[in-house]
Amino acid sequence: MLPSEIKLPDYRELAPSVTARFEKIRQRPVILSIRALKKSFGANGSTHVVFDHLSINIHRREFISAVGPSGCGKSTLARIVAGLDEASGGEVLLDGNAVTGPGPDRGMVFQGYTLFPWLTVKHNVMFGLRMSGKAPSTADTEARQWLDMVGLAKFENSYPHELSGGMKQRVAIARALANNPRILIMDEPFGALDAQTRAQMQAYLLQIWKKVDVTILFITHDLDEAAYLSDRILVMGTNPGGVREFIENPVPRPRSAEQFISPEFLALKKRLEHHIHPPVETEDVEKLPMIKLTEAGDEVE
Amino acid sequence: MAQHDWLGLKKELPRKRQLQLTVLSFVIPLVIWCVVSYVPWVWHPLIHITDPGQVDYFSEGLDIPRADFYKELAQAQAAGQPLPKGYLVNPVYLPAPHKVACAFYTAFKTPPRLQDEPWLHQSLGHSIRTIFLGFLFSSLLGLPLGIVCGSFRFFAKLQEPFIEFFRYLPAPAFGALCVAILGIDDAPKIAIIVIGTFFQQVLVISNSVRKVDPALIEAAQTLGASGWKIVRSVVIPASITDIYTDMRILLGWAWTYLIVAEVVGTMSGITLFINQQARYRNFENVYAAIAMIGIIGLSTDMFLAWLGTVLFPWKRKGVRKERTHTIFPLFDRMPLKSVIKPKLEATNYVAQ
Repeated sequence: MLPSEIKLPDYRELAPSVTARFEKIRQRPVILSIRALKKSFGANGSTHVVFDHLSINIHRREFISAVGPSGCGKSTLARIVAGLDEASGGEVLLDGNAVTGPGPDRGMVFQGYTLFPWLTVKHNVMFGLRMSGKAPSTADTEARQWLDMVGLAKFENSYPHELSGGMKQRVAIARALANNPRILIMDEPFGALDAQTRAQMQAYLLQIWKKVDVTILFITHDLDEAAYLSDRILVMGTNPGGVREFIENPVPRPRSAEQFISPEFLALKKRLEHHIHPPVETEDVEKLPMIKLTEAGDEVE
Repeated sequence: MAQHDWLGLKKELPRKRQLQLTVLSFVIPLVIWCVVSYVPWVWHPLIHITDPGQVDYFSEGLDIPRADFYKELAQAQAAGQPLPKGYLVNPVYLPAPHKVACAFYTAFKTPPRLQDEPWLHQSLGHSIRTIFLGFLFSSLLGLPLGIVCGSFRFFAKLQEPFIEFFRYLPAPAFGALCVAILGIDDAPKIAIIVIGTFFQQVLVISNSVRKVDPALIEAAQTLGASGWKIVRSVVIPASITDIYTDMRILLGWAWTYLIVAEVVGTMSGITLFINQQARYRNFENVYAAIAMIGIIGLSTDMFLAWLGTVLFPWKRKGVRKERTHTIFPLFDRMPLKSVIKPKLEATNYVAQ
């Protein structure tokens, strides 16, 4: 039986426990408030609007994912929140204060690790602490604690090039968290990892998130990843660009890998697929105007 | 099969093969030189007269073109006169390898002909001092300026167009000017090296600084760094290995300006030695002195390359993991051996 033939529940039907959880989240203070955000490129008449009127509120310790096809501006959104890009309109408020540039209150984890190759693992984690003027001994102790937390205490004196991709990204997470940011922005952090490491890192991130007082804005193009990790999922689109839907994830917590085949998960996934890969377009793509170049009877399928 | 693929494009060669080829790269020109010098029928266009016979313009010790010698020989045979004798030689400006090899030693032992002329080691010392000072003065200004230009577009636009223009002006063209301003001693020579090095230095270093991965700067910004803190803690360390390589190459360029610089004002250093030995027709000393410049340059560069691996441990790649610096154990900040084992354990930790 194909998944599409299975009778799935409505993705908007939330179990009582899930509803209660969202109720609790809504009572928490708003950490990040994005108001009527607009981003457009180009000048002299021909402007390309990436998104417009983007407004969301993110509550304390919420896990938000942003998904969408490439070019939908999900990374741009992350970069604007981080202060690395400028918005064309609207504003981003962190704890009620407008964001004007990058700062240590918004930690960022990039897809390309961006560890400082000339610093040891420990000194990488200490970087933000040193920048904020903490004494070397305090920074040292705190960095060790963070490395312990991500399970890399033994590697404190290694250099980044000696670590695997997954380990590098854990150092990057520790480095961002060491600054005690209000929000952790992760821009496709596991995109460069192989499937197995990626699954490990997802489980790992959930563990860290549970232990640390941090709100996460997670950018990904992997729908399973978004469904597995987040509380709410911001679905963005192209042509026209903008927010398609802001979905409350019906999959109950705590999450585990077994839930990948649960009805709620599949219903959510189907809805996400509907937004990201509309069924109409796939037909057109598959038929290539190809002449047969093999002998008759030499079929592969 | 793969082992024999020595000509594979961009293929890494085995270490042993690399070493063999390195030695061979020096051996091949040496062998050619030996063949030309020691095999009598290769080249040898002159005949060194040992016995002039009755030929009036021949004298003992004179080098005569082969054709002239044979003509005179034939005439002497026809006239029944005593025959001139001699053997085949190369021109005096191509001494045999063994003579040059001896000159490496004897050149240091030969006292100068005149009282106030320098010994070879003094000449070399003088040259090294000129290079060192020229490169130092150039770097004192060029290094910071290059870093600033590479970091801030403002300073790049303010400085680089003029520097770009100035670097096309050949340094030796400033010789007369330098002498007029700085006198005839060492100052104008150092100035020529500074002029030759500085402008390239600023451009090359600012280019290396500009190549710093912007993602690293962004990462630092999200960690709370800004302005000069980013230059100091990210831009400089991120580009320092490239800058170091640039400096090595620039030092090589400074050597090429040395010979030009040393003829400015009063001739000095190794150039003076070379010129004088050429005038005395001690060409083996000339070759030895030229080779010494190469040896000093190459060994300085090799030393600096080795020093680079000590100074920048993060640039050591996996291959060198088992190597520890036995000469300077103090510099060995990285606990190399402990790295490999816990890697596996940590991966298991995630899997649990």
